[in-house]
Amino acid sequence: MKSLGRFGKYGGCYVTELLIPALTAVEEAFLACKDDPAFNRELHRLLQDFAGRPTPLTEMKRLGGQWGCTLVLKREDLLHGGAHKTNNVIGQALLAERMGRKELIAETGAGQHGVATAMAGALFALPVKIFMGAADIKRQYPNVQRMELFGAEVIPITAGSQTLKDAINEAMRYWTAHSKEAYYVFGTVAGPHPFPTLVAHFQSVIGTEARAQCLEKFGRLPHTVCACVGGGSNAIGTFRAFLADSEVQLVGVEAAGEGLDSGKHGAALNQGRPGSLHGAYSRCLQDEDGQIREAHSISAGLDYPGVGPEHSQLRDSGRARYVAATDDEALAALLLLTKQEGIIPALEPAHALAAAQKLALSLAQNDILLITLSGRGDKDLGEVFSWLENHAQK
Amino acid sequence: MLKNNPYADVRSRIGRPMFIPFAVVGDPDPRRSPDVIRTLIEHGADALELGFPFSDPPADGPVIQQADLRALRAGTKIDDCFRILGEVRKLTDVPLGILVYYNLVLQRGADRFYRDCADCGVTSVLVADLPLEHAQEVLPAAQRHNVAPVFMASELTSAERFEQIAAVADGYLYVVSYLGVTGVENSAVEEKMGRVLRAARQHVTLPLCVGFGIHTPRQVEAAVRAGADGVIVGSRIVRESPDLKKIAAVCDELRAAIIG
Repeated sequence: MKSLGRFGKYGGCYVTELLIPALTAVEEAFLACKDDPAFNRELHRLLQDFAGRPTPLTEMKRLGGQWGCTLVLKREDLLHGGAHKTNNVIGQALLAERMGRKELIAETGAGQHGVATAMAGALFALPVKIFMGAADIKRQYPNVQRMELFGAEVIPITAGSQTLKDAINEAMRYWTAHSKEAYYVFGTVAGPHPFPTLVAHFQSVIGTEARAQCLEKFGRLPHTVCACVGGGSNAIGTFRAFLADSEVQLVGVEAAGEGLDSGKHGAALNQGRPGSLHGAYSRCLQDEDGQIREAHSISAGLDYPGVGPEHSQLRDSGRARYVAATDDEALAALLLLTKQEGIIPALEPAHALAAAQKLALSLAQNDILLITLSGRGDKDLGEVFSWLENHAQK
Repeated sequence: MLKNNPYADVRSRIGRPMFIPFAVVGDPDPRRSPDVIRTLIEHGADALELGFPFSDPPADGPVIQQADLRALRAGTKIDDCFRILGEVRKLTDVPLGILVYYNLVLQRGADRFYRDCADCGVTSVLVADLPLEHAQEVLPAAQRHNVAPVFMASELTSAERFEQIAAVADGYLYVVSYLGVTGVENSAVEEKMGRVLRAARQHVTLPLCVGFGIHTPRQVEAAVRAGADGVIVGSRIVRESPDLKKIAAVCDELRAAIIG
């Protein structure tokens, strides 16, 4: 491999020897394509004509007035597929095509990455296998139906916690056995090198657009940029464009689940220790022996005990800070945006909204608070209504 | 390199390929785990391969993952694993290999991990998710404590990489028998195995032990014919755990396929 994909001391490529040839091939293809004008023209065309980029930057006048700041949302919920995952998947499907791979495989938690990969499979005429935890299948069933409608095979994982981490294990196993034919479309900025670098590259369009739109609309940069963090791809995709703007505060929001003290959360950056999980050295939730703990969040997309290595580095360096929002706070934020602004956000970015409401307390009316609305909430209606029912009973 | 290589010694002493059964340490629970391992010894293990249970083992199939989770749910800690290894060492002097995931080494500290291995009489350690690129993170500790670092190879391993592996590996080379999963004809597997073993032999002088998906006497025979110095049997045995009689029967059957 050309590099080990280090972000400070984090990152690396902690996989079995058997996967090294596959990852080396992906790295090679990525390095050859990322600055290739023909590749980028095709990527740009697909993002624009198929996926609907650029996505708007929408000012929330009503909520902004209430919160006492200038509140803007980067609308990845309006991207084709309903979430930011499409940016990454189109990039990787193009890579897979260039590499001559015959099949796409992917893990999925919330199902958004699975849907995006299934969609890309249909677009590129490649068969798709999606590995998904049985628990996630249950709580994100509409997304399973969408994947199947696109023609993908959804493989339920009944091992372990039956969530994203188990789906990743199973996808890696399958890839180990089929790395010559299959391309593993990794869904987030975690996992072994080159995935954290490659996914960040394809997602950085979010921040690049948002920064330019902000300057165009307001003539100034945001005071604070806020995004939710599970594996962390929409947050890295947003943050990267602002890393050099030292005056812009970057805030990542993790899932506090039932509370950071409850032990039932997904806050690897707030509560985890550095360790090796799914191929990367990064912060993760683990016991003293190094056994990985099960994460918890009402949002399947944030229900992950690890986090992308670049976030661990941004945390340690202090360039970004990471807070957390509970299940209840996220639900309340989802309802707030739905009723006040007519936008149903996914539960994942609802965590960012919930935290942003607190961040807004220290902002002036002119300060721009930019939140990446990483996906739409249609997939979460089941969770929302069962929460409302439980809440009514209490 | 180890001063002497116990795997090579056993191989040359017995004059046939080694039968190397696998078990998860702490499966089904720390109390009964030594009985499982004792059964492997009593039923002809020429060497042992023992896995430390890990919550997220992507290099293992579902059977071994289940055994890992069974051991962890029964409360197996890494300290228990080392205690069990110490007990096992008292039962036998066959080479004792460990299969572990890197986070367990990392959290204990590489030096302490390899020292504990040496104290229990462990012969070799294979860190499943530590490829050559990261090997330097454990090699100094392995050398300091005279524990052989084991590496893997497969049909995808290039000549260049075999050379790099040969420069640092010790104990034995774990040769993955074949990468496809189901529906592969036995004859095709044997041919593939032969190719990988011949390629490995050009670069590596260590014993070549074949593992991954070896379930049947016919596969064992194929590995022997393809020139393996040892056959590692994992899932097929772990699937029967903790039924000692069934484990014994599987060992007897597969070992007989080696002896011929």
